[in-house]
Amino acid sequence: MLEGGAIAPEPLIRVDELTKHFPVTRGLLMARAAGQVKAVDGVSFTIDRQETLGLVGESGCGKTTTSRLVLRLERPTSGRVLLDGRDVHALEGDDLRDYRVKVQAVFQDPWSSLNPRLRVRDTIAEAMIVNRRVTRAQRIERVEEVLQQVGLPLDAGGRYPHEFSGGQRQRIALASALAARPELIILDEPVSALDVSIRAQIMNLLKDLQAQEKLAYLLVAHNLATVKYIAHRTAVMYLGRIVEYASTDLLYRNPLHPYTKALFSAALPADPDAPREDIVLSGEVPSPIDPPKGCHFHPRCPFVMEQCSRVEPILKDGGPGHRVACHLY
Amino acid sequence: MSAVVLDVRDLHTYLYTRWGVVRAVDGVSFTLREGETLGLVGESGSGKTMTALSLLRLLPEPAGRIVKGQILLDGEDLVPKTQREMRKVRARKISMILQDPQTSLNPVFTAGNQLIEALRTLHAEGRRGLWRRAEDALRRVRVAAPEQRMRDYPHQMSGGMKQRIVGAISLAAEPKMLVADEPTTALDATIQLQYLNLLKEIQERTRVAMLFITHDFGIVARMCERVAVMYAGRIVESGPVRELFRAPRHPYTQALMASVPRMDADVERLPSIDGQPPALHRLPAGCRFAPRCAYADDRCRTEYPATFLVGAAHEAACWRAEPSRPSR
Repeated sequence: MLEGGAIAPEPLIRVDELTKHFPVTRGLLMARAAGQVKAVDGVSFTIDRQETLGLVGESGCGKTTTSRLVLRLERPTSGRVLLDGRDVHALEGDDLRDYRVKVQAVFQDPWSSLNPRLRVRDTIAEAMIVNRRVTRAQRIERVEEVLQQVGLPLDAGGRYPHEFSGGQRQRIALASALAARPELIILDEPVSALDVSIRAQIMNLLKDLQAQEKLAYLLVAHNLATVKYIAHRTAVMYLGRIVEYASTDLLYRNPLHPYTKALFSAALPADPDAPREDIVLSGEVPSPIDPPKGCHFHPRCPFVMEQCSRVEPILKDGGPGHRVACHLY
Repeated sequence: MSAVVLDVRDLHTYLYTRWGVVRAVDGVSFTLREGETLGLVGESGSGKTMTALSLLRLLPEPAGRIVKGQILLDGEDLVPKTQREMRKVRARKISMILQDPQTSLNPVFTAGNQLIEALRTLHAEGRRGLWRRAEDALRRVRVAAPEQRMRDYPHQMSGGMKQRIVGAISLAAEPKMLVADEPTTALDATIQLQYLNLLKEIQERTRVAMLFITHDFGIVARMCERVAVMYAGRIVESGPVRELFRAPRHPYTQALMASVPRMDADVERLPSIDGQPPALHRLPAGCRFAPRCAYADDRCRTEYPATFLVGAAHEAACWRAEPSRPSR
């Protein structure tokens, strides 16, 4: 973020009132609509250049759908995703190709995200084919460059994915995301499939690459400590909505939303003598097909008030740089 | 002190594969007392799940075999038992909860039917009596409206609910020993906390001994009295949770704990462990962690370290913990 009186430049990514509803059908042959899953239900955020935004929440909260909307793997029901001020879902032709160069992704499972029949160098080069300005010779050179950058030996290029361990495969996935020289990489649970001792290697690599390549990241993760380590700002999602949004520092020091507090208290510290402030939520996340009225969290909230079941709280300032959607504030 | 329920002595479980002999569990010993929880921590391939499967004698056959050692449950060795005898032991004395409730439950039977199947071996009763017992079992794992849940199929339930059903089946016979292999890894954070609290509550009531397999130090801190850290088929360090967390003595434990990001600390850069665990069919001579260890010397690379006492009931298998080592 900029200091002082400078005019803030347009963020790299601006997500504006994004919604994604999936139809739910009943019956096999005579399928009829039986409702809608509001997977993403009015989400807005920005990502600046060289910034990492963490998106946290439990399964079904819409964090992965949000990242897929940014990646253009889903079309939004309404709302927009702007890259450098341009709606990514309206891009065509050269502009679309340009977008595909600028935005790359690394997924959770390096066992299924790499094509087992392609040599590593071909997987990495494939990401560059979309860019017509890159020649074959340049591609070959770039493959060697990114292999080195992610800490893989040069001969790795001639081998197949099955010859590598999980951590190395995630390095390959990162190399192919890097190859096209993107501006944004979407990281969907990039370390959760890896062994504990390997995670730190990959997390450090992500930090190094961000600094070297001036990358922005959208980090989708459920592990709060991972997000704390990597993300500059963090948004907490619950049932399709952002309930709290602040700089990571601020959010982790002083969570405001009762759901964020419960989520944080469920992350058990590796210290048997840590003070226990359990906020054990009753029940489970309700179905997104028929979410509770008003605040989606009110049936499980320990601080529920009368208006919570009627009025949907909007994101408002809960302090400088700290947005929270809760009637308590 | 309460009675020892499980005493594992020098357990060796090997897998005979076409790539060679995989020494998955290679000399593991530990004990568990009534009402106690031992955490078994390690990365994938360290042998923790193979240790668990050995205890229940559920190894993948014919590849997996216990080649040496004893598993004394209530003083009775399980290793020489036939599978027919083991079925009885598993029905009454030792039980297991696996990571993924989806695969533990049979998708074509209702929760009630699966519970009754487990209860039938224990109680010579008619269907109505068993049905009532099954409802009680669900109530004990805090399932709301058990009468209705009994008729539900697994696909109609959430992950947390399914894992409660699995818990109800595993604990139906009030076994003395429960092996929980990453039981909450597939669950969401807030549901995980509910489930861990439930297991604790059941343990307080039934005094079941638990072997809790996990890679999460936070869960160990919350659930366990003692912890054992496995690396490449062996326990490299074990001790009371508080002491081991305060002052880990094995370099692997130290490095592993330091490499985990924490909620309660700001770290600019995590120290990471270079390299990866050795292949279990081509183990290095000497200490198995030596190739990744910052302190390894020639002796470490040639001679597997003995286990040294480094505190009250706190042991580490590392030459650096040797008491006679001259101080510098």
